[in-house]
Amino acid sequence: MSNTLPLLDLEHVTMKFGGLTAVSDVCIKVFPHDLVAVIGPNGAGKTTLFNTITGIYTPTTGCVRFNQNDLKNTKSSAITELGIARTFQNIRLFKNLSVLDNIKLAKHTRIKYGFWAGILRSKKFIEEEKKIELECIELLKLFGLAEKKDFYAKNLAYGQQRKLEMARALATGPKLLLLDEPAAGMNPTETKDLTELIHLIRDQFNIAIILIEHDMKLVMEIAEKIFVLDYGHLIAVGSASEIQNNKRVIEAYLGADIEGVL
Amino acid sequence: MDYYLQTLLIAGIFITLTLSLNLINGFCGQFSLGHAGFWGAGAYASAVYTVFYALPVPGPINMLIAIVVGFIAAAICGLIIGVPCLRLKGDYLAIATLGFGEIVRITIMMTEKVGGPRGFINIPHLANIFWVYAVAAIITLFMFNLKRSAFGRAIISIREDEIAAENMGVNLFKSKLFSFTIGAGIAGIAGALFAHTQQFLHPSNFNFMWSVIILVMVILGGQGSVTGSVIGAVVLTLVPEILRYIGGTIAEWRMTIFPILLIILMLIRPQGLFGAHELHFKKSGGA
Repeated sequence: MSNTLPLLDLEHVTMKFGGLTAVSDVCIKVFPHDLVAVIGPNGAGKTTLFNTITGIYTPTTGCVRFNQNDLKNTKSSAITELGIARTFQNIRLFKNLSVLDNIKLAKHTRIKYGFWAGILRSKKFIEEEKKIELECIELLKLFGLAEKKDFYAKNLAYGQQRKLEMARALATGPKLLLLDEPAAGMNPTETKDLTELIHLIRDQFNIAIILIEHDMKLVMEIAEKIFVLDYGHLIAVGSASEIQNNKRVIEAYLGADIEGVL
Repeated sequence: MDYYLQTLLIAGIFITLTLSLNLINGFCGQFSLGHAGFWGAGAYASAVYTVFYALPVPGPINMLIAIVVGFIAAAICGLIIGVPCLRLKGDYLAIATLGFGEIVRITIMMTEKVGGPRGFINIPHLANIFWVYAVAAIITLFMFNLKRSAFGRAIISIREDEIAAENMGVNLFKSKLFSFTIGAGIAGIAGALFAHTQQFLHPSNFNFMWSVIILVMVILGGQGSVTGSVIGAVVLTLVPEILRYIGGTIAEWRMTIFPILLIILMLIRPQGLFGAHELHFKKSGGA
């Protein structure tokens, strides 16, 4: 799948906060339809990496390219419009809005009617809104949330909230989806469902997915390629089996000088 | 009769004012404490037009122009204060807007042409209760439809979670500035109505206390609720008058009883009378 141009191209990205280098000289290429994972111990800079991709931070040096566009000085909202969507480690839903409204909001950049059409409730507005609502319900069905559409987001079960956040990210119409610890706090059954769901999303929407995850079973099962970060450095890249046998990765997770134990 | 009419009139003006602050505070979640400043700017600007620069056209048309002048003047104030201040959050924004409200009041006080501290007199009586309630109805409809359109949703998402909103492709700064400017402009319309029904303006009409009262109306009705704002404005205007009407000791103590009622209400329903809900007339249910 690596025959085309990269969809996302991180070139020597470094992110410093004062004296702390959270991400150091990281080069990552992700191609269309890839399903890759970023792993690493706590504080390795995984979420910071996501934040530099989505424009929450601007990298100190290096550059982030998406579809050949340099994302430097591009606002977060504009990056979403270009086609990068994400979920958050600590779920960030619009808690006091209905499930349906959460998804409708994600369609924000694809709205075709103008301000006055909305105020005067023109024919175009009504048709557009109807179309959007149908699309949103379709999407909710895929995630098994259609019958909860009128619930407040805050009243959903934890696993459903995670799903809703993923559905919302997909509703923005992305080419690349970033999932920040989608399995955090889920039980083994839910994690298994999630594995299937991620495959389904990739194939049905034909998008690339990058996920950050601590659940190694999930990562090893679905990631075609794994990037390992440790103290902001990219220490290993490879397939699941390559990573499992990589000495530096084992050291990063378990510490050095314990030869013979493993 | 005049007394009842005046009370209703003030209630109507406060409906418009409360709705306008609800757009900024309830929908967008930006804590503004300078709303009386926008109100005052609109009132004085429209009065300056009708007193000094009125065109030789019939009264109602002049009133329409005065409303537009009030809207534009207050919206420009909103824009000027919004561009630097909307980078601030929460308490800091509240302090900055509070400062702005006082700047407007002091500026009016120092301007001799509009009467300064003596007040602005001889404003023509161009508006009446029909104007007030027609405008209130139009603004209510505007807010209802805004809330249900994509723009309204985007503004509400900012209140819920700024980072997530931006991640959905909502341009934070533009949306905040939009709600701030339009909210200020609508307060300016209320100002124009106030000026041309009362025929007299005084800087003390627009001091900090009034910003707080409008804010209380928004919170009492429910932040983000259009019907809540309407009810909140009416209830808060009428309750002190009703207490006065009862007479005797209650009338004397009404300004003590009134805050106690507010405290009790906030204890029972901290989200306001309506929360973020709306009153439904046709169908029941819905979020």
